[in-house]
Amino acid sequence: MKPAPFDYVAARSVEHAVELLAGDTEAKVIAGGQSLMPILNMRLGRPELVIDIGRLDVLNHVRISESGALLVGAAATQTQLLAHPGINRGWPLLATAVSNIGHPQIRNRGTICGSLAHNDPAAELPATAIALDATMHIQSSRGLRTIPAEQMFVGPFMTALAPDDLLIEAEFPLPPAGAGWSFREFATRPGDFATVGVAVQLIRRDGVVADTRIVLFGVGGSATRVHSAEEVLMGSSPSRVENQVRAQLEAELNPADDVHASAGLRQDLAEKLTIEAIAEAWERCA
Amino acid sequence: MSPRGGKGPIHPATPPLSEPSAWHDISLTVNDEQVSAQVESRLLLTDFLRHRLRLTGTHVGCEQGSCGACSVLLDGVVVRSCLTLAVQANGRDLRTVEGLAGPDDPLTTLQQAFHEQHGMQCGFCTPGFLMSLAGLAEDGGTPSSDEIDEHLTGNFCRCTGYVNIRKAARQAFGLPDPEEPSDG
Amino acid sequence: MADDNSFGFFGRSLARVEDDRLLRGQGCFIDDLDIPNVVDIAFVRSPHAHARILSIDVTAAQTMPGVVAVYDGASVADRIKPLTNSEELRVPEGIAALNPVVKIQPAPILAVDEVNYVGQPIAMIVAETRYLAEDALEVIEIEYETLPAVLDMEAALEPDAPLALEGEVDNIGVHVRHGIGDVAAGIAAAAAVVDEIFATQRYVAAPIETRGMVAQSDPFTGGLMVWSTTQTPHRVRDHVAESIGLSVDDVRVQSVDVGGGFGQKGILVVEELLVPFAAHDLGRAVRWIADRHENLTADAHAREQVHHITLAADADGHLLAVKDRIMVNLGCRNMVGLVVPYNSLCHLIGPYKVHNVDLEATGVITNTMFTSPYRGAGRPEATFAMERAMDRLAAKLGMEPTELRERNLIQPDEMPYRTGLLDRRGLPQEFDSGDYPEMLSKAVDMIGLSQFRQEQKLARQEGQHLGIGFALYLEMTGLGPFEGARVEVMPSGRVRLYTGAPSQGQGHRTVFAQLLADALGVNPTDIDVVAGDTASIPYGVGTIASRALVTAGNAINQAGGLLKQRILTHAAEFLEAEVSDMQLEGSRISVKGTPAVGLSLAELIRTVPKLVGGSGSDGLSETSYFQPPNYATASGLHAAIIEVDPSTGRLDIRDYVVVHEAGKIVNPMIADAQVIGGVGQGIGGALSEHMRYDDQGQPITSTFMDYLLPVSSMVPDIRLDEIVCPSPTNQLGVKGLGEGGAVGPPAALANAVEDALRPFNIIVRSGPLSPSRIRDLVRDPNHS
Repeated sequence: MKPAPFDYVAARSVEHAVELLAGDTEAKVIAGGQSLMPILNMRLGRPELVIDIGRLDVLNHVRISESGALLVGAAATQTQLLAHPGINRGWPLLATAVSNIGHPQIRNRGTICGSLAHNDPAAELPATAIALDATMHIQSSRGLRTIPAEQMFVGPFMTALAPDDLLIEAEFPLPPAGAGWSFREFATRPGDFATVGVAVQLIRRDGVVADTRIVLFGVGGSATRVHSAEEVLMGSSPSRVENQVRAQLEAELNPADDVHASAGLRQDLAEKLTIEAIAEAWERCA
Repeated sequence: MSPRGGKGPIHPATPPLSEPSAWHDISLTVNDEQVSAQVESRLLLTDFLRHRLRLTGTHVGCEQGSCGACSVLLDGVVVRSCLTLAVQANGRDLRTVEGLAGPDDPLTTLQQAFHEQHGMQCGFCTPGFLMSLAGLAEDGGTPSSDEIDEHLTGNFCRCTGYVNIRKAARQAFGLPDPEEPSDG
Repeated sequence: MADDNSFGFFGRSLARVEDDRLLRGQGCFIDDLDIPNVVDIAFVRSPHAHARILSIDVTAAQTMPGVVAVYDGASVADRIKPLTNSEELRVPEGIAALNPVVKIQPAPILAVDEVNYVGQPIAMIVAETRYLAEDALEVIEIEYETLPAVLDMEAALEPDAPLALEGEVDNIGVHVRHGIGDVAAGIAAAAAVVDEIFATQRYVAAPIETRGMVAQSDPFTGGLMVWSTTQTPHRVRDHVAESIGLSVDDVRVQSVDVGGGFGQKGILVVEELLVPFAAHDLGRAVRWIADRHENLTADAHAREQVHHITLAADADGHLLAVKDRIMVNLGCRNMVGLVVPYNSLCHLIGPYKVHNVDLEATGVITNTMFTSPYRGAGRPEATFAMERAMDRLAAKLGMEPTELRERNLIQPDEMPYRTGLLDRRGLPQEFDSGDYPEMLSKAVDMIGLSQFRQEQKLARQEGQHLGIGFALYLEMTGLGPFEGARVEVMPSGRVRLYTGAPSQGQGHRTVFAQLLADALGVNPTDIDVVAGDTASIPYGVGTIASRALVTAGNAINQAGGLLKQRILTHAAEFLEAEVSDMQLEGSRISVKGTPAVGLSLAELIRTVPKLVGGSGSDGLSETSYFQPPNYATASGLHAAIIEVDPSTGRLDIRDYVVVHEAGKIVNPMIADAQVIGGVGQGIGGALSEHMRYDDQGQPITSTFMDYLLPVSSMVPDIRLDEIVCPSPTNQLGVKGLGEGGAVGPPAALANAVEDALRPFNIIVRSGPLSPSRIRDLVRDPNHS
């Protein structure tokens, strides 16, 4: 299982990378390679050009902006994010989600942005990005633009990125003060891609749910924000509307059987994990 | 059997002339030794180490990042070399299993623990486990039992059933066995 | 000879001599060999489960960069004979009396007209690197006409089923029926009858190192040198010589360090004939290392069986009859005959006394990868069926499963015990020794059955589902027909031991040296073991079927004793003393009582050519072959306590106990590790491993992301105990134990799951017990 022939270029700058992408729409960007390399090794993808952005210092950051948002550059690894001193206090949902990705060996190379750009339907980051209302910063030869996470993840392995787009940064706003959060995942073996997972952010005000974002993954399609379940919770409390939440999940989700799990298991897990996550997020509200 | 390789300066073999993908000059440290080589774009780091540098201690089990047999330390952190291009190692510091103990040195504490606890049978996955655990040791301090377990789930062994590997890891890091009462 | 040799290494947990170089990364596995100018091989493999090849055009590949040669089926058909595993297909006389069907279906070296499974080799590319060979694969043009793919065993046996293999009359590769007594009468007289279907899924052995081979022609003699991962080097030698048309004297197969075998490397595949052929044809060193995709999809599969089993018992639980209709999925052709089916058949009733038995095994041909032995070789499948059936019977009779087993065990004073059936050699099956009641009682004690039942009751009240399961089995180890050992004193005075049983992790270099040390009176540190080099000993069988310790071990013991005599005789001659006055200890021969009068082995070997009037039978070397008179019957009992979460299907193993019996133990550390390693593989099969095809015959579990090996967190700290019943079949009293650990877990864990979920009334009929399977069983108990 060796890759088909391609030429490798270590991008000298973001502009250089973007220029190369504009010149070859089949070219692939590599940073950590944890998603791309298996594809190349199995010859499931045959780009003629592989552009490495992993060396660019300008993309290698996990830092907090003036507005208090977490900015993760495209070359920053998952391990780097977990090591950031402010991550657990400021973005505990993100930290927990990332700590569920694979094994330390994968996280040492895998990048946050790489996982977002790849959008594996069983991956933790796309759902978490939606739950945290993240913003994608994208550079191309046409300029710089942003996309909210909710519009980024179009379908399994498909994103709103055009072939010549480069995701250069993911921005995670500081969650609203007092927001509760929860991340739950079920995997066959530790470190496996999730069978089902859920990321929840929830705000409680005057004893009821004032706002919530509930995002599931592994339930068919790519990361799925379940608006109908959120609506049921609004103005109420989780214990009072548990059955209605289940009913909405039952109605809205339609997972399929596959080699990893039956549709029935995925549906059951979706409901169980979501109910648990909502309850946990509720408890965590300050 | 007499020992092979691992001694003296490394003279990398060059890519075959027939190789169509673009060649690159790279320069890196491998087990504290400076190495310069020409590599083709698509050459995997595993193949660079094994076939161009003749450091065959790093093994290939799957070439898609699942089994961990290919684990090496890249700038001090453990990574899968099968998911890394050789050219991406340019300017980096690499440590392989051959770099744990020199040919005339005694085995390291970690290696010795694997020997004493019978933590290896065929030995094919062992370099991967050693490097995974060495990566953990690089951080300094004593990893917790959970941290050790987390690292171990990133490596497959088909022979041992893992029990003795866990014992070896605990011994290497000075952690007590679960049945033994601990003082802490 | 060799009785009182308590030099004392037998029974000691000597640390392994193998470890140091492997820990330093100085091992020499097949892909580590540094052969100058070696070229690499890749194969074009069938993308279809069943198809006719209409045309093949390799011309584009021949001019791809770095390509040295391209072979297709037509170009090799006249030059290499198809592969027929004659050893495995041979039907012993006693078995022939049962009128078995064993179809001879030679495997074409490279497919010419027809392909019968996805992954079948069609063309071979030889190129400067594997990268370049894979590039060339892609430009080969092949036109296919797809044919119906036969995938399901039941469907394959229907009278109007399409043929999986053209030219055959049906899809049956193997069939045998064997029994004793009157099963119908037994069933009629029974108070309780269990009639069930239990199935084992398809597995892949998947050692972490895949199969590989390097071959080159000797530049001077023209003979072939082959380095191989094989578990059976002499068989490979013989097949290579025969297939290519060389003298067996001119082919040498040498084992290197091997990263696990488990049976997958114990069976020849056609690629292993093509590699030496290419070396011979091209006059170049060639190398083939299977990648993981090839290992999972196009290397030997294992274990897919369905048992329609009936147990009949009286009101007290005594078995009156056992009937089993076994279907074994052989895959694309009958490659290894009765080996696995008959193994399942003759191990089915295990340690239980049953006098009415009717067993039938049918090997079915389907358009899938062929199956062959994998750690247990039919015993895990049989144990699953029987132990599951026993638990169902216990449930029916309202009895503790252990109680039911106890009532049916062969007693120690009945040993040796004849079942009335024929063993795989076609001779009366006789279990040589064992103590099953003691094993059961020890296991029950260790796992704490009665205390567990209390705990289970309380836990259920809290909504927590705990379960306990047992699996008991025996295994006939030490398969013949023979194994050999040659021992000699080298010019340096060190002793070298040669045998045909190489190691894939079992520590032969350590254990065999221990045995020789005792037989000879030389320290293990002065002994070197060379295993699996066909040039060093002319005949061998190999390391499969839990046989190496019994067969090679006893050959070593024999040869060691003979060599010791020879050494003492020469020394006596040299020292002009009586042989009976000589002793050999730690590489020094001396006169008893006067240790100063003596010489080292190094000194002695130098005297041999110059002894005045030497006896004519000179040299310090002996060869001995051991032919086991019967199998050595090992056994084991697994007990597992688990917790199941019915809402997620999550299963956690809380405690796992194995009481094993394998005769006298040479190196307890290594023996225990073999058992645990087997349990690890068994747990993988019980919980997560499943090699699957879709309904077009496409493998859908073709990477380690889909074929799920067990990881550390899935294997608890196994608790072990042992019973020792020395085997009377061999001087050392040893039995094989490499496979046992893998035999028990699927049955023990399935029994535990059913026990845990008893309130839900589920029946576990097959594995793996993945979260989906458990959850679906709970939701729909009729889900099989």
